[in-house]
Amino acid sequence: MTAIDSRLPDPEEAEGWCLRLYVAGQNPRSLRACENLKALCETHLAGRYEIEIIDLLENPTLARGDQIVAVPTLVRKLPEPVRKIIGDLSNTEKVLVGLDLRPRG
Amino acid sequence: MSEPQRMTQPDQEAFVAGISKCPTGIRGLDEITDGGLPLGRPTLVAGAAGCGKTLIAMEFIVRGARDFDEPGVFMAFEESAGELIANVTSLGFALDTLIDQGRVAIDCVEIERSEIEETGDYDLEGLFVRLGSAIAEVGARRVALDGLDALFAAIPSEAILRGELRRLFRWLKAQGVSAVITAERGEKTLTRHGLEEYVSDCVIFLDHRVSNQVATRRLRIYKYRGSRHGTNEYPILIDEQGFSVMPISSVGLDHRVSRERVSSGIAELDEMLGGRGYYKGSSILVSGTSGAGKTSLAIALADSICRQGGRCLHWSSEESPDQILRNMASIGFDLATHLQSGRLHCHAVRPTLYGLENHLVRLHKLVGSVRPDAVILDPITSFTAIGEPLEVRIMLTRIIDFLKGAEITALFTGLTQGTDPTAWERTDEGVSSLIDTWLLLRMANVKGTRRRLIDVLKSRGMAHSHQARELLIEDSGISLIDLPSNLREPAA
Repeated sequence: MTAIDSRLPDPEEAEGWCLRLYVAGQNPRSLRACENLKALCETHLAGRYEIEIIDLLENPTLARGDQIVAVPTLVRKLPEPVRKIIGDLSNTEKVLVGLDLRPRG
Repeated sequence: MSEPQRMTQPDQEAFVAGISKCPTGIRGLDEITDGGLPLGRPTLVAGAAGCGKTLIAMEFIVRGARDFDEPGVFMAFEESAGELIANVTSLGFALDTLIDQGRVAIDCVEIERSEIEETGDYDLEGLFVRLGSAIAEVGARRVALDGLDALFAAIPSEAILRGELRRLFRWLKAQGVSAVITAERGEKTLTRHGLEEYVSDCVIFLDHRVSNQVATRRLRIYKYRGSRHGTNEYPILIDEQGFSVMPISSVGLDHRVSRERVSSGIAELDEMLGGRGYYKGSSILVSGTSGAGKTSLAIALADSICRQGGRCLHWSSEESPDQILRNMASIGFDLATHLQSGRLHCHAVRPTLYGLENHLVRLHKLVGSVRPDAVILDPITSFTAIGEPLEVRIMLTRIIDFLKGAEITALFTGLTQGTDPTAWERTDEGVSSLIDTWLLLRMANVKGTRRRLIDVLKSRGMAHSHQARELLIEDSGISLIDLPSNLREPAA
């Protein structure tokens, strides 16, 4: 383990992951983001995650709270600190880095 | 003498009938835009930091909601809601009240690029959703997007951002809202990120310059499709009542001229001026050496106006109102009564306190609130201390034009220097050609006694006297007497 790795939340020890995915409508990009997220969670966070999907077309007022501009946006609510990732999550490497599941570098 | 030179008239673009306007309610701006910003379309406001971009956008929203029954949405990309409310509250806008009443909605977009990882394809639908829900929330007819170009620092992909901006402006038009978008000015382009590419209807440019250590902000309509508009640079003033634009030289030479007369307050002087005094709404210059009686002559007019039930604005740049009151009481003018009745309004300010444009805007606003029949500027010479001669001349031209257009009689005093008689008939300010009636006061030393002499150098539109007279300033007031024949100068 390097020094950088020790600062990352340990997936084994973390209480639970709370992830929120903002999308706008049921378009191919939204569906892709949902599928990518689920696959990634099953691989890296099996049994310890919770996903909430918010469709802004149905709940437009929720966009302000999490300062959403781009969609899809994935917000890591827990563990803290809050992280934001934009895009359809098809670049798995970048998603893992963005969620602090892999060291930046 | 050369022909009077005037400021060029604002160029007028071909007027296309039918374009609807959305009044901003900002003083002066609606005048130079011929009624306001394009209704239901976006307007771009570009300028450097500190020019007043946020304020112009905020006033558009607040005045719209408050004065025109058009609710609005203010979306800020650079400031927090707390900062915004605090900033405009200091300008007398009860923004929080309008928000509570559901007439204005504010949304502050805060995104840090550092906190964003880009992991694939995306768009800015979140922004559209936020804007759309805010518009629906208050039933907005107006939208302001303040500092929209801050998105360029926040969104990693410029290609996606540009595509979405294009979509945003199309979407705004489809919503039918009148919008103001502000952006930072660029070095080679109008705005740093070329937002002008997306807004083709109306572009306003704000500028901020420092000259003689005095900062002046200016506004220019860069483009206004389908509407005539003034193309000059207009000085702007930001004070406790918000933003105002001074629509200078909007008068030109097509103002109405009056045939009515106003008494100078001195019967013998009226006599010299074709028997009936100055023309109402004309410009009068009283020039002379120090102590020759310029202020007394100016006050005589003020007193005459007030006695006849009119109102007079006295703008003094050398003496305090108290000092003028005391001095004029000693020669029989009871100005205190006029002050109490509100007929006389005294405004004393050192010229060096503000830039020329600021003085111009202040005068404009004072005239708007006092609604005087006559304005006295005593003396205009002191403005030469704060500007280049050409600038001073331009400013005085604007003042003369503005007062003429409003049919306000204007009297200026000017100091002449030295003892050279040819210099007396020159004015430092070079405005004599714009003046309708020019009186020259001078001191003459006659057999050990200093006498004040008055000449009417010119007076347009009347048969005036060419004979110099002696001006007597006594406890009882001002009068003129004929010179004894042995003192008369041979006809030139």
